[in-house]
Amino acid sequence: MTRNLLTLASALALLATPVAADTLKIGMITTLSGPGAGLGIDIRDGFALAVEHAGGKLGGQDTQVIEADDQQKPDVAVGLANRMVERDRVQVVTGVVWSNLALAMLPTLAGGQTFFISPNAGPSQLAGAQCNPYFFNAAYQNDQIHEAVGKHVQDQGFKKVYLMAPNYPAGKDGLAGFKRYYKGDVAGEVYTQVGQLDYAAELAQLKAAAPDAVYVFYPGGMGINFIKQYEQAGLKGAVPLFGPGFSFDQDILAAVGESALGVKNSAQWSPDLDNAANRKFVADFKAKFGRIPSMYAAQGYDTALLIDTAVKAVGGDLKDKDKLRGALASAKLQSLRGEVAFNTNHYPIHNIYLREVVKAADGAVTNRTVATVFTNHADAYVKDCPMK
Amino acid sequence: MDALLLAEQGLNGLQLGVMLFLMAAGLTLVFGIMDLINLAHGTFYMVGAYLTAALVPVLGSFPLALAAAVLLTALLGLAVEAVALRTLYRRDHLDQVLATFGLILFFNELVKIVFGPVPIFLNPPAALAGTVDLFGLKYPAFRLAILAVGIAVAVFLWLLIARTRVGMLIRAGATNREMVMALGVDVRLLFGLVFALGCGLAGLAGAMAGPVLAVQVGMGEQILILTFVVIVIGGIGSIRGALAGALLVGMVDTLGRALLPAAFRLVMDAANASAAGAALASMAIYVLMAVVLAIKPKGLFPAH
Repeated sequence: MTRNLLTLASALALLATPVAADTLKIGMITTLSGPGAGLGIDIRDGFALAVEHAGGKLGGQDTQVIEADDQQKPDVAVGLANRMVERDRVQVVTGVVWSNLALAMLPTLAGGQTFFISPNAGPSQLAGAQCNPYFFNAAYQNDQIHEAVGKHVQDQGFKKVYLMAPNYPAGKDGLAGFKRYYKGDVAGEVYTQVGQLDYAAELAQLKAAAPDAVYVFYPGGMGINFIKQYEQAGLKGAVPLFGPGFSFDQDILAAVGESALGVKNSAQWSPDLDNAANRKFVADFKAKFGRIPSMYAAQGYDTALLIDTAVKAVGGDLKDKDKLRGALASAKLQSLRGEVAFNTNHYPIHNIYLREVVKAADGAVTNRTVATVFTNHADAYVKDCPMK
Repeated sequence: MDALLLAEQGLNGLQLGVMLFLMAAGLTLVFGIMDLINLAHGTFYMVGAYLTAALVPVLGSFPLALAAAVLLTALLGLAVEAVALRTLYRRDHLDQVLATFGLILFFNELVKIVFGPVPIFLNPPAALAGTVDLFGLKYPAFRLAILAVGIAVAVFLWLLIARTRVGMLIRAGATNREMVMALGVDVRLLFGLVFALGCGLAGLAGAMAGPVLAVQVGMGEQILILTFVVIVIGGIGSIRGALAGALLVGMVDTLGRALLPAAFRLVMDAANASAAGAALASMAIYVLMAVVLAIKPKGLFPAH
């Protein structure tokens, strides 16, 4: 009898070990080449730093991160998503920078019962009617960041604002978000080609419209092109420029320098947010990679923290998808931006800050927090999401 | 839209055209004379911009940094031609496309290793940072400088090609390569020179574009597509064609972006008009290319 029990126990132990020793496999599909690479590389590096801080074990599990370059192309991203599901059999895919890529990848990942945690792209579609049990966003819903500047511009009493954004889903979300809180006149609403280089034609139209403020959403290289040309056209100082953090974050500030000084922008995070985790993150990121982290790097870090928190909560059991989903959804994430909770559509409820581009004591151009525009702010689309 | 705004948009179109011409001139020479499809032309544009950005703080002067960057880019072109491209002239175009695409990947990665993945800083020199008053029109000074440099290059190329012995050989090479070889011209040297010239021009374009655009890995590929459109419209191998094609593309693109949304607003509401206008403006140059090719299948000024 004792012997039988022992056998049974060891058999159970044998059965149990593979679960406990489950390697956490994470597919990092992000943009590592081409003009958008700066964003993807920052997400990857921020994520890697969090894994390093966790001793290589997110949620106490051995963690393997499989990198792949989506080249900012939806078809490539879908192919990679398929590969991660079929061949690499990852439990989680993250890394996506662009909203159009996230929308393209989701059917493949959800169909393969693979969790898709966005460290950046937060399209309105996936927050509302098309919200998905397998999709989470650790960063923000696109509109939230724009809403904060909309509110600030409204509060400052601007009456005639000119709006510009690239012609893609996040561009339209962005200006919609701005207008949700800005109630004055729109002097012009211009959508430009994604990846556009020259803005001379648009700037001439802008000048002719004589607005009293300009709001632009241009992430990455487009932002650099625009800010340089805005200053060269003599508009800097003449017409105040506003934007979401994406248009004035560290990846752009390094390239435009003092051209962006004084611009007010919004984000859920800033390098100067005063908490212990953030101070450590900024210092370690600078030491390891030799540059000031961007908001994308912080989002990569927070995404890893979310996975860490959820995997810990389920005790490393990666097989039970419902349990893991529950843990992700109910996570009280101790992020670099304080505690973040998740709404029923799996998007964060968090603070949005107003920041100003300043020159730091060491001469580096960076962002400084000026005010908290929204406290525990939920997105506008959650009511359309059938998940409860 | 008043006359002043229309004049400004015309100037913008001209300036974009001149910028494209700097790129297209080198590409069309290499394509037309050496019969080499060089996808890596944009790489030399990127190298020119990065070298200028790196040399401005060292040399302390934008014109000096620009001159050094152009020279170094031309030398790099000479080296790449000797090491990687010389064996490809007799191969078919697909092999050339593959090899030069490989060069793009190689140099993009190299630049990323040397300068980092984040775009780097390059602003116009202080003297050209502001605006200039042109009959009541405030126009960015640096864009006028681009215009001046482009015109100077066009004149230089015209003198070189129409008035010098090298230019005669280039013209002869573009028209009938076999005959030039049969006459005992050192084609290897000629090709090396033409390639270096093309790379120097791409480097100059990059150096002049750097203060206006983002200096980042992959910047060359963004402008390369437009450049191919230009030389296909202009006629492959023809400098005159490159100039005409570049100005045409610059004008159509700029005026399309400026006028189409306004035109659509006459017939539909603002949101739809700006979306439809933006979509059509981004197609305008390809429509232009299709129309030109339908009428003149070899481009506006074919060299062959």
